[in-house]
Amino acid sequence: MKSKADVVIIGGGVNGCSLAYGLARKGLDVVVVEKKYLASGATGACGAGIRQQWSTKENAELSIESVKIFERLSKELGEDIEFRQGGYLIVVHDEKEMEQAEKNVAMQRSLGLKVDILKPDEINDVVSILDVKGMRAIGATFCQTDGHANPFKTTFAYANAARRYGAEINTYTNVVGLKTKNKEINAVLTDKGVIKTSIVVNAAGIDSKSIAKMVNLDLPLVPFRKEIMATERLKPLFEAMVISFKDGIYFSQQREGQIVGGIPIPEECSGYKTMPTMSFMQHMARTLTRYAPVLKHVNMLRHWTGFYDVTPDARPILGEVKEVRGFIQCNGFSGHGFMLSPMVSKLLVDLIVDNKEPDVLISLNLDRFKGKKIERETSVVG
Amino acid sequence: MKKTNRSIVCRCEDISEEDVLKAIDEGYTDLEELRKKLRIGMGPCQGRVCLQLVMKILEKKTGKKVLKISLQTPRPPLVPVSLGTLAGEDDEK
Repeated sequence: MKSKADVVIIGGGVNGCSLAYGLARKGLDVVVVEKKYLASGATGACGAGIRQQWSTKENAELSIESVKIFERLSKELGEDIEFRQGGYLIVVHDEKEMEQAEKNVAMQRSLGLKVDILKPDEINDVVSILDVKGMRAIGATFCQTDGHANPFKTTFAYANAARRYGAEINTYTNVVGLKTKNKEINAVLTDKGVIKTSIVVNAAGIDSKSIAKMVNLDLPLVPFRKEIMATERLKPLFEAMVISFKDGIYFSQQREGQIVGGIPIPEECSGYKTMPTMSFMQHMARTLTRYAPVLKHVNMLRHWTGFYDVTPDARPILGEVKEVRGFIQCNGFSGHGFMLSPMVSKLLVDLIVDNKEPDVLISLNLDRFKGKKIERETSVVG
Repeated sequence: MKKTNRSIVCRCEDISEEDVLKAIDEGYTDLEELRKKLRIGMGPCQGRVCLQLVMKILEKKTGKKVLKISLQTPRPPLVPVSLGTLAGEDDEK
């Protein structure tokens, strides 16, 4: 392992690896430290969806720009990340939701996104297996350019490209401490040695909180166990991701044919427990077969858990903190880390290399939680 | 099918010994990373057929023992169960 670096990134998920690629490409000496294997945390457990339909303008902008990057990423990285744009269909269940949906769509359209509001009888034109009555839908919104990519392959492709530019990626390496000098980052202490550096990026998912504690910084992150399942492979049935903010369900058919989806369990509470629950299996199966009764004969193969690192406004914490110079946050994604990763790493590369701090980055800084009014992202599922 | 001499390692995902060796050559030398790259163990058998074979191939190729602790986590419901059954609906008449 190298004993010094320009930047040390803690966390080998999609954000850590994409940032490593972005920085190494600019000629910086980058070291990634990952406690397990690549994509072993939230990235590897996620639903693979990429959505641009948000309630806050900042998230919509970030994701629209992210999709533009996703569109060219396979070519840029030289590996197929299996990006495909089958759209996101967001089910609307009542007048209040429709009011919010209309507001969201107006904002999204003002940013140039093509989004449609569908009538109930238009829903089956997009996803034929849905039972509009069973879902209790009064409409839906649909954006064709939303979609999916393979989170493992995306992470591996970023990591491989980063290595080609000279980045060093260390798996099964634990960070045990951060050394500071005059409130500036000085070194990262790991169980495999010390790396001297002036910049540390905290991209450790739910463990970001304990990493920040090493310099007595308190991040307002709360871990939520989320569960997700995969069925057996089926012939291609539908291309869109179907989601409902009211029921919390999301599901889509992946490239190999399996249906992957999740839903929060009614008794959900925060914590670090990883054990999957029986409650999820039943709740998911009931809701999914209510949405698409034809799936009742389909087998569930596996279900697993992953974590959302949730912030008070469900938006990420990005950028350098005021308390410790050189300590950069890249966490708090609240369930959207994969889909936002291309723009997140672009913003942080621009910050680290060119010292650029655009308004959107300022709006995502940790200090937004200090007594100011925050706007909560309401378009959250899972 | 072009090749007739493929040695199938994972029947669920149709992965051959050659596919595994190629991935190891590309740098996927961790059992979990191999799984995520090739989908071995993600099918209906959850690795009951392929995992021992993949471990052997990996050990032979890298000369390193695969730690038992690094084996994948078995996921519920362990065997495929229909969504209708899990939803708790009545038996069909």
